[in-house]
Amino acid sequence: MSKGESAAAAAAKGQAIEHDGILDVRDLKAYFKLGDGDVKAVDGVSFMLEQGKSLGLAGESGCGKTTAALAVLKLLPENGRIVGGEILFDGKNLAKRTEYGMSKVRWKDISIIFQGAMNALNPVQQVGKQIAEPIVLHEGISEAKAMLRARELFDLVGINPKRVTEYPHEMSGGMRQRAMIAMALACNPKLVIGDEPTTALDVMVQAQILELIERLRHELDLSFILISHDLSVMAETCDKGVIMYAGKVVEAGTTAQIFNNAKHPYTKQLIKAFPNIHETREMVSSIAGDPPNLLNPPPGCRFYPRCSEGEPACTQIEQEMVELDPGHFARCWKAA
Amino acid sequence: MDEFTPAAPVADHDRSKGGAIGRKELRNASVSGADLYDIRGLEVFFPVRQSFFKSMVATEKHWVRAVDGVSFTIGAGEILALVGESGCGKTTTGRTLLGLEKQTGGQILYKGLEVGKFTPGAIRDYRRNCQIIFQDPYNAINPKHTIFDIVAEPLVVNHLVANEREKEERVVRALEEAGLRPARDYLYRYPHELSGGQRQRVCIAGAIVLEPDMIVADEPVASLDVSIRNDILKLMVQHKNELGVTYLFITHDLSLAWVISDRIAVMYLGKIVEIGETEEVVANPRHPYTKALISVIPVPDPTARRERTILTGETPNPAAIPTGCRFHPRCPEVMDICSRETPTDVQISGTHYAACLRLNGQH
Repeated sequence: MSKGESAAAAAAKGQAIEHDGILDVRDLKAYFKLGDGDVKAVDGVSFMLEQGKSLGLAGESGCGKTTAALAVLKLLPENGRIVGGEILFDGKNLAKRTEYGMSKVRWKDISIIFQGAMNALNPVQQVGKQIAEPIVLHEGISEAKAMLRARELFDLVGINPKRVTEYPHEMSGGMRQRAMIAMALACNPKLVIGDEPTTALDVMVQAQILELIERLRHELDLSFILISHDLSVMAETCDKGVIMYAGKVVEAGTTAQIFNNAKHPYTKQLIKAFPNIHETREMVSSIAGDPPNLLNPPPGCRFYPRCSEGEPACTQIEQEMVELDPGHFARCWKAA
Repeated sequence: MDEFTPAAPVADHDRSKGGAIGRKELRNASVSGADLYDIRGLEVFFPVRQSFFKSMVATEKHWVRAVDGVSFTIGAGEILALVGESGCGKTTTGRTLLGLEKQTGGQILYKGLEVGKFTPGAIRDYRRNCQIIFQDPYNAINPKHTIFDIVAEPLVVNHLVANEREKEERVVRALEEAGLRPARDYLYRYPHELSGGQRQRVCIAGAIVLEPDMIVADEPVASLDVSIRNDILKLMVQHKNELGVTYLFITHDLSLAWVISDRIAVMYLGKIVEIGETEEVVANPRHPYTKALISVIPVPDPTARRERTILTGETPNPAAIPTGCRFHPRCPEVMDICSRETPTDVQISGTHYAACLRLNGQH
């Protein structure tokens, strides 16, 4: 699909085509090549993030949320590629960029906090040096100056600046995650993507990290994308939310619209799977069945086999995103 | 560090002296009253390794006090949740109950019998009654064995089945009870053919095939997706109701404990700081640590704006425990005496206890 067609398709769907967003992803398609065909991990995903806002990308494992984020940075593994769509960052289409062009954008404009700080840091290099590396590369300053900046960053994320010479194993899990955040902020990016930044951390440390991200967002006027399987975390930290299922966006809107007025059956069921300790105690529900195989996704609605409100007609109609309220979209014809 | 020398491991000590509890006594024991377990002042200390030079010069040994005087009961057929941050000693407590770690002090009474005094034969029988499910179903089962072999192994090593037919019947029954239906479809498959949730069900089948009284579930759902996680939690509740299995549910996630447990015990740095009926503890927490833990649990509702108490720092090193109340350096309600005096359990109501100096004198 050419660029013109995909933009036209997005426009035809009535989706956001304003240009004031810092990141505007339109009809993004990212596939993985396997022996027996293409896995359509991200299959026509559109979302927009305004400057200074936070957006949550949520869904079960394998729904394509991480792939979508990696595609934005063009960091897909070797067998993955962007098949179509546009990634407009500050008006520039990243989908068209060469690898060299992307290397100028990564970390300078967009950075990422990876899942599992334990594995994302180099165990045999001092943490401060790892933070200084992108500063030296992008800003062309001396390593000594970059180390001074690393100390400032440590201070910013709440670690004693003296610890820049430590190795990752000398830090606790929460501190390593803070160091990862410091690294993401090294070159003053405009947009930070957090890929499950608090998964595998204790609740109290999770709360500390989320509070830190919230504070930095306001202090530095950052735009932030949170990728998480945990809807509760998304509800607490994000302005807008995008719920993905089987490579497609099934619902999008403000977090208030999604959580208090969910329209798509998948969103409704997913929210019920999380306990709400402030309400009456009840058993959390689960969604029977498994997500479809994305090598060969079923026709019509991809959620139909697991949907409690489905009708046979759902398999016939190719579902489109319907705008229910201003800014609130759901991919279900019954919601309209 | 204050002066302290732990006793020799109780098990060895008492067995040599006589008074050992044999298999027969264990077989005839019954749950007296309502408690399957009565744990009194349990201590598990690990020695800190020192360099050879230091060990020659040092006058005292250093210990990591993983579990430092913990007392609680587990009623037959209940789910008791043990909640706390990493490093608080919750896993060590669970492992010690099964004899996987050696206790350095205190008593574990199982059906009124002291586990530390069991003869080797009795320990074998005891372990048959008490099983464990681990956190990571990817590493807990042998990838080269079929599901049948994995689930049948405990039956074989314990000589519990007379013939192949009986073995197969029991394996099939365990798999079905663990929610793998029809069980015969799974028997000759290998772990890599199963999803994470199905593997955890295989681990559960391997535990319940011995028809245990008690299962220690150590973070059984931490590595699973939400939807699958809820299925496993439901399965635990179902086993409790239908098979009468008692669960010690070890988790760092208080909201999950709230969903399925009957009682909650909150641990901090080797001690239980608050214990009580689940709904009571969550609705009316009295220890500042429990209050903080509950306040930071994220909820799926963006409009629920509320006061969050975010504690600074992380759980301190259990080799260097703060004086007085061990929570005082992080406590938002700290008082002067907290660094000097050690709090004792204060009864709040019924079975609800909390150990905080602020509560002393109020009740």
